[in-house]
Amino acid sequence: MGHLRGKLLPPALAIVFSMLLCGVALVISGANPLSAFGAMATQVGKGTTFVDILNSTGIYYIAALAVAIGFQMNLFNIGVEGQYRVAAVIAAVVGGSIALPPGIHTLVIIIVAAIAGAAWAAIPAILKVTRGVNEVISTIMMNGLAIGLSAYLIRRDVFGELRGNNIRTPEIPESGWMPGITFGGAGTMFGFIFVAIALGVGYWIMMNRTRFGFELRASGESSTAASAGGVNAKKMVLVAMLLSGAIAGLISLPEMLGRDHTFSLNFTAGIGFSGIAIALLGRNHPGGIAFGALLWAFLDKSGLALDNVGVPREIVTIMQGSIVLSVVVAYEVVRRFELAAEQRRVGRELGTVPEVAA
Amino acid sequence: MITTMEEKPHVPAAPRKRKLPGWAIGMVGVAGAIALLSITSMQTGFPQLTSSGTTQTAVRLALPILLAGLGGLWAERAGVVNIGLEGMMIMGTWGAAWAGYQWGPWAALVAAVVFGALGGLLHAIATVTFGVNHIVSGVAINLLGAGLTKYLSTLVFQPLSHNPRQSPPVTPFETYSAAGLADWLGELEAGQRLFISDVAGILRGLVTGVSPLTMLTILLVPLSYYLLWRTRFGLRLRSVGENPYAADSLGVKVYFHKYVAVIVSGGLAGLGGAALVLNPGQLSYLEGQTGGRGFIGLAAMIFGNWRPGGLLGGAALFGYADGLQLRSGGDTVLALVYGVVLLLGVIVVWQLIRRKWFSAAAAIAVAVLLYLLYISLDEIPGEFVSYAPHMVTLAVLAVASQRLRMPAADGLVYRRG
Repeated sequence: MGHLRGKLLPPALAIVFSMLLCGVALVISGANPLSAFGAMATQVGKGTTFVDILNSTGIYYIAALAVAIGFQMNLFNIGVEGQYRVAAVIAAVVGGSIALPPGIHTLVIIIVAAIAGAAWAAIPAILKVTRGVNEVISTIMMNGLAIGLSAYLIRRDVFGELRGNNIRTPEIPESGWMPGITFGGAGTMFGFIFVAIALGVGYWIMMNRTRFGFELRASGESSTAASAGGVNAKKMVLVAMLLSGAIAGLISLPEMLGRDHTFSLNFTAGIGFSGIAIALLGRNHPGGIAFGALLWAFLDKSGLALDNVGVPREIVTIMQGSIVLSVVVAYEVVRRFELAAEQRRVGRELGTVPEVAA
Repeated sequence: MITTMEEKPHVPAAPRKRKLPGWAIGMVGVAGAIALLSITSMQTGFPQLTSSGTTQTAVRLALPILLAGLGGLWAERAGVVNIGLEGMMIMGTWGAAWAGYQWGPWAALVAAVVFGALGGLLHAIATVTFGVNHIVSGVAINLLGAGLTKYLSTLVFQPLSHNPRQSPPVTPFETYSAAGLADWLGELEAGQRLFISDVAGILRGLVTGVSPLTMLTILLVPLSYYLLWRTRFGLRLRSVGENPYAADSLGVKVYFHKYVAVIVSGGLAGLGGAALVLNPGQLSYLEGQTGGRGFIGLAAMIFGNWRPGGLLGGAALFGYADGLQLRSGGDTVLALVYGVVLLLGVIVVWQLIRRKWFSAAAAIAVAVLLYLLYISLDEIPGEFVSYAPHMVTLAVLAVASQRLRMPAADGLVYRRG
């Protein structure tokens, strides 16, 4: 029971703390926090909000899984942001320029996106294992380059075309779309959400039931112990990074296959960074991540209601930021507390109570 | 390696490197860079490479990068990795705009520093007191900084500017030019003589339209060097970044020094934000204005091997590439590729003298590749020029990551006791 408490208490504390913080911010700026939170809660039942939340949850879920694979072995793939952008533009270009039977076409787009994401992640991975370059810096640089590359590829003299005020890649023909589930006026759920769920299950199986997952977690717990146990550290870095990149490549597909069918200037950016926050919130656990993704999606979509009560909806971004910062602090505090409790318990059982609990 | 060690007494060139002081290497580097640009502009026929206009733009664009880089330097010298520079910079831009449109540019600077320092304080609380992973805290601060400024600008700026993404215009600094000197340099620049005109062009760019912020920023580089390397406080601060346990055992207040370093780091990043807001081309807060410059500042710091002088070089290089693109377009930037080929030629000769056959061969291969790129393209697409810093950083890391030396305890969580 204490184990579970250590896991559930920090996020709960963080959410409550962030709500209080944002409540104070709202009071200072002259708004009523209760009516603001109330408006957000009632927004869920209105229009397409519920389905929007589900769709957004799926997207965030994939992003957080991609990040979590790296985090499991203390590998900071900050580059998910760039990987999914590059994957999106390449998948859109390839998908829009080939003609294949339905189903196969969609499958090819998915595979191309995964390969493109993995390829973009391969550069920092190779730099890390061959030249010892820190992956944090190199993936940040790759994020910048990804923006440049995608902007170049949708130029009108390269692959792009002008539609109204928007520049975009050629539209993917209908054979490459992925059908969703329509709820009439309540919106359409992306079919790709089921792929996201499958990825979550696959992630759980991989982490808990395969040798690779074991080696990954072992490398994260103690890289020296893992190497002593015969784990090839370089291979693990390479595989984890490529896998992370491949999953990152899928992030944009729910929207692209289910709604947009193209890569345009309206591309949803920033999901990679949200993914980092959600993976932290969910402690890399598939269930925890699902909860985090749902929370993030709820804040995003319900936040739209805040404009109606005269509150800038950007308050939810503050809430997201403070949740992630306070949750990592809370996890650390609880960990230290439990460590101290553990030491006291050991001390009691051995009959020697340590003077100072470290 | 062993052979070169044995040969050292016979070769006078190798030990000389150690004898030259840092500033002398810097001067040689600057002279070399100008000579290289001068030859390149003559060979390719692009006088814009060393024109005063390009230099002026380059300085303006280098300032935020330099300030963010200095911020990174302070934090990392005390052993705290600061990915949150970007977020602190964003907070600085908001603070600068908020104070700037009401009370003028000096207030903008103060507010930017305060806002940035608040971000730094948050980072310090999370990483130093609570021992949160530095990268995690930095990412969170970037999210938080972006969210906070969006919220505040919707609340405060929208009623005034009718745009939630932009602030009302800010009063700029008065700029100063050394008029007589600039005119004389202008004549020299117009003369189109090799090297002399180029030096004159660059100098003229440096002495024209200088704002107090520019001077302040340039002064902050030697000041940071002095504080960090020549004072007792700086020695303690750096010892905390190298080995906090040893520092603690000698009575250095580790937490205190880390706090100071990270708060200063945030303040400098915030000042970088002010440099963006007070840029004559924009003069207001714009959402997304920083555009990853905090990260580029970090890159400049790594490029400079965690040293102020090298950091200045990195910021100048990145600002220059950006300024060239903005002023003259992609074909001029392509001329730079030619310059890099020339530089590689020099490196090849140098490596051959030192009998480093492998490095020489690698340099030749890269030079050939770049030359082929140069003759096959008409211009470098603008989309990529803005990301030249990123490519340069990746290349530097790939080639020299073993030679770069970051503070030994950089990024490690330290706990007292």
